[in-house]
Amino acid sequence: MTITFLILAAVTIAGMAAAMGLRNLIHCVLALTLGFVGLAALYLQLNAQFVGFTQILVYIGGVAILAVFAIMTTQSAEPVAHPGSAAYWITGSAVAAGVFAVLAWAICGSGTHARALPAQIDVPAQQIGFALMRSYVLPLEIMGLLLTVALIGAVVVATPVRKGEL
Amino acid sequence: MMTRVQMVDQIFVIAKHSLLAHVPAMWQPLCSAVLSVVPVMIVFPLLFAITTILERKGLARQQNRFGPNRVGPCGILQPIADGVKSLTKEDIVPRSADQMVHLLAPLLLVTAAFLGYAVLPIGRNMVITDMNGGVLFFFAISSLVELAVFMAGWSSRSKYSLFGAMRAIAQMISYEVPLVLAAIVVIMAAGTLSTVSIVNLQASYTGIFPHWFVFTPWGFTGFALFMIAATAESNRSPFDLPEGESEIIAGYYIEYSGFKFALFFLGEYLGMMATSAMAITLFLGGWSAPFSFLTWIPSYVWFFAKLVALICGFIWIRGTLPRLRMDQLMNFSWKFILPMTLLNIIAAGVWRFMPGGPLRWLVCSALIAGPFIVLGRATSWQGKGVAVRKYRYAE
Repeated sequence: MTITFLILAAVTIAGMAAAMGLRNLIHCVLALTLGFVGLAALYLQLNAQFVGFTQILVYIGGVAILAVFAIMTTQSAEPVAHPGSAAYWITGSAVAAGVFAVLAWAICGSGTHARALPAQIDVPAQQIGFALMRSYVLPLEIMGLLLTVALIGAVVVATPVRKGEL
Repeated sequence: MMTRVQMVDQIFVIAKHSLLAHVPAMWQPLCSAVLSVVPVMIVFPLLFAITTILERKGLARQQNRFGPNRVGPCGILQPIADGVKSLTKEDIVPRSADQMVHLLAPLLLVTAAFLGYAVLPIGRNMVITDMNGGVLFFFAISSLVELAVFMAGWSSRSKYSLFGAMRAIAQMISYEVPLVLAAIVVIMAAGTLSTVSIVNLQASYTGIFPHWFVFTPWGFTGFALFMIAATAESNRSPFDLPEGESEIIAGYYIEYSGFKFALFFLGEYLGMMATSAMAITLFLGGWSAPFSFLTWIPSYVWFFAKLVALICGFIWIRGTLPRLRMDQLMNFSWKFILPMTLLNIIAAGVWRFMPGGPLRWLVCSALIAGPFIVLGRATSWQGKGVAVRKYRYAE
C-alpha cells in the first residue's frame, strides 16, 4: 500500500461521501465526478491505462454530463428542504450493507486476493481489442444489442404522439 | 554520429539531455518532466496570443476594415495590451453565484485544455509522454471541458449563461461522437492508440510523396469530418451557438470578468489548437515533411506550420459562414455527419482487406461518395416544398 494509493483512495471516498451528503443536487454530481476521477486514477495507478481512460471518457464525459443534463431539464437544483426520514436511512443502509456483503463474499471466495500479482502488468490496448473481438465477441455483441434497444426505446418514448396516431 | 540536419532537428532534445546530465540522479525524473512540460506551457499560450491578433486582423480584412492598428507597429502588440487589461480589471463575481464552482470552472477548463498536450508529438522525439493509449487519453481529457463549461454556466445563476451552457453541452455531446468515430479509421489503419507510433507510420515516403493518412479516400473523408466536428467541439463559428453574441451575449462565461474571462478565452483557444494538433497527428503526418526532399527542415517547424495553417482555416471559416440554427446543428450532426463517419469506418475496413491498386481506390471512393450524395440530397431542404416561415404571433 503506497502513499499514492492512500491519497487516491482518500480522494475517491471523500468524493463519493460528499456526493451522498451534500444538499445541492448539482454539487452532488460534481462530487460524484471527483469520485470518478479518483477511481480512474486508481486504475491508472494499477497500470490499467485503457480501463482508466475509458472510466474518464464514459463516466465523466457521459454519465456525469447526462446526470447534470437530466437534473437541469427535469427539476430545480435548489436544495431540498426535507432531509429524508429515518426509515429512508435504515432501508438505505440495509441495502448498501447487503450489496457490500455480497460483493465482499464474492471477492473473498474467488481467491483473487491470494494470487500473487506480477510485478509489472502492462496490457497494451491491442491485447484488450483481441480479447474483446475473439474470445468475448458474443458478450460484446449482446451488450451492443442491449444498448441499441435502449436507444430505440428512448427515441420511442421521446417521440411526441400526434392526434389520431394511437 | 549525427549530421548537422539531425542536430538542428534534435536541438531541443539534445539541450534537454545535456541539462539533465547536470542534475543528481534522484531528481532526474522530476526535472525531465518539468523540462518537457514548461516549454509546452509557454509556447502554446504564446501561440494563443499570436492567434488572437491573427484572428482579429484576418477577420477585419475579410470584413473590409482595419482591425487593431494602434498598439505597436500594425497593432501587433495588441495581445500584450489585452493581457495587461485583463490582469488589471476588477474581478466581479455575481452575489447570487455559487462562489466555489464559479471559481473552479475556468481553472478546470484550462487544466483540461493543457492536459491534452501531454500526448501530442510536436517534433521527432518531442512528446511529453508516449502513452500506450494516447489517443484515448486525449479524447477522455477533452470530455472534462464539457464539465467545466457546465460548471461555469450553472454557477453564474444567470439565464443567459445557463442557456449557453445547455447549448454548449448539447452540442459537445452531439459532436463528440463523430469526432471520435472519425478518428477511429486511423486507429484501425495504424493498429495502435499511441500518437507517436501513428506519426512514425506516416513519416515514410513513396517516391517524393508521404504516407499521410489524408491521402486515402477514407483518410480524406475522416479528416474533413474530424475538422467539422472539431469546429463544433471548440464552439467556433459556424457552430458558435453556445456563445452567440447576438442572442445570449456570451453564453456560459457572460458573468466572468477580468482574468477569469481571459482564462476562458485561453482555454477555448488551447482546446482548438489541441484538436487541430490531433488532426495533424492523425491525418496530416504530424511532424513529417510533405515531400521527401524537404525533410531537412526541422520536424517541429513542420508541425507548427501545419498548426498555423489549420488555425488560419478556422479563421477563414469564421469570417465566411453564418451561424447555424440549433435544429440545423443537431440534424447535421445526427443525420449526416454520424452516418458518414460510420460509412467511413466500413470504407477503411474494405481498404484494409483489398489488394492495393486502382480498384481499391475506386471501390472505397464509391463507398463514400455514393452515400455522401444520397445523404446530402435526403437531408437537404431543397425540393421538399419548404416555404417562407410564418410567424404566428408576429403578424
